[in-house]
Amino acid sequence: MTGFDAVVIGASAGGVAALFTVLGSLPQGFAVPVLCVLHLPDDRHSQLAEVLQRKVQRPVLEARDKALIEPGLIYVAGPAYHLSVEQDFSLSLSQEEPVHFSRPAIDFLFTSAADAYRQRLLGVLLTGANEDGARGLAYIKKCGGRTVVQDPQDAQVALMPEAALALHSPDYILTLSGIGQLLGSLETSAC
Amino acid sequence: MTSERNTDIEIRLLIEAIYLKYSYDFRDYSGASIKRRILHALRQFDCRTVSALQERVLHDPGMFMQLLQYLTIPVSEMFRDPGHFLALREEVVPLLRTWPSLKIWIAGCSTGEEVYSMAILLREEGLLERTIIYATDINPHSLEKAKQGIYSMQNMQGYEENYRKAGGRRDFSEYYTSAYGNAIMDSSLRDNVTFADHSLATDSVFSETQLVSCRNVLIYFNKSLQDRAFGLFHESLCHRGFLVLGSKESVDFSAYSEQFEPLVKPERIFRKS
Repeated sequence: MTGFDAVVIGASAGGVAALFTVLGSLPQGFAVPVLCVLHLPDDRHSQLAEVLQRKVQRPVLEARDKALIEPGLIYVAGPAYHLSVEQDFSLSLSQEEPVHFSRPAIDFLFTSAADAYRQRLLGVLLTGANEDGARGLAYIKKCGGRTVVQDPQDAQVALMPEAALALHSPDYILTLSGIGQLLGSLETSAC
Repeated sequence: MTSERNTDIEIRLLIEAIYLKYSYDFRDYSGASIKRRILHALRQFDCRTVSALQERVLHDPGMFMQLLQYLTIPVSEMFRDPGHFLALREEVVPLLRTWPSLKIWIAGCSTGEEVYSMAILLREEGLLERTIIYATDINPHSLEKAKQGIYSMQNMQGYEENYRKAGGRRDFSEYYTSAYGNAIMDSSLRDNVTFADHSLATDSVFSETQLVSCRNVLIYFNKSLQDRAFGLFHESLCHRGFLVLGSKESVDFSAYSEQFEPLVKPERIFRKS
């Protein structure tokens, strides 16, 4: 597999446990930055970064406006703001209307990351009860990146992966452990 | 792939054309969000390409005004982030009292929700009568709405809850009258408010102020435009004046990080050092 400069992951219902599995299986020294949108209730203080940090070896940060994306870090979108990637590989936040009732929206992260990283992006869409992310994932593929959809049979809630599969044919349909293995193999060949 | 590249080129050209023709400068706005808004407008206006939209915008000022409504984001609410307003009331108001008269600049006031929130807070603290509020925005339609002060009744319940959490002491409904499903804000709240067209991207400072509130505006700017805005705020603020920002905005990592110190950091309240 060719190298990637970033991995973007989207999830909704059932997503915390799924992120534990996927991020928890990343090997030591995994240098590719990982950006995550998990649908959150619209309150101001999310513990997601702290919660994930307990089970993940690498530093997990809530995405901050204008921060440059750095290797080796995991970024999660906070509540009430959309998260995007800019052309200079910095992060930006915005308060446009929710997409599929969601802010942050997976589609916005995926689409903007595809515009910035183009073919050097890996997009991963996990469990969820919502169609957000399907369009963004198809756009990653259109821009030359690679896409992974969690096997709907493996997903706690199948709607989100099924919506993605209805829109495009991803490069991989995998279980959570398969996705972890894929990310591990990706790193060794990326260096 | 080619069509995506073309779209990015066309967007840059459109933004340049808007600047040359109408002097609205979106060139240093964050790219991802402005692209989404232009593509959204494209669908609404039934244009096949951004170039087609550009032709219409260049030759029809009315069309530009319509596009401007998509380029700016009028997402606001009263007493948004109640903790922020509570901190203003408890930490900043006692210090504001020490000035005999006050000037407050609400930059990027959008449709006015922040203005009425601030005016209500100041009235309850007995400061409104000796305050001039400058409420500025680049969008004339938003400014017009702000001046009218008419909001959907549907939103009032949420605003009332925000108001109470923000330390509000009265019945929020005392500040508006309801008619035809709308809430009409008490017009005396804006007796000392001056609404004005002002761009943080192209205009300069117009007054000395004791407090600048600019919330959820700077996230739409790139770093250099953010620094320009911080420069204007710094110039406008008097010695030890206050700068209040949105819940995800900060002077940290800006060129002005040394010129401001945090007063209530979690609520994004800074003070000129």
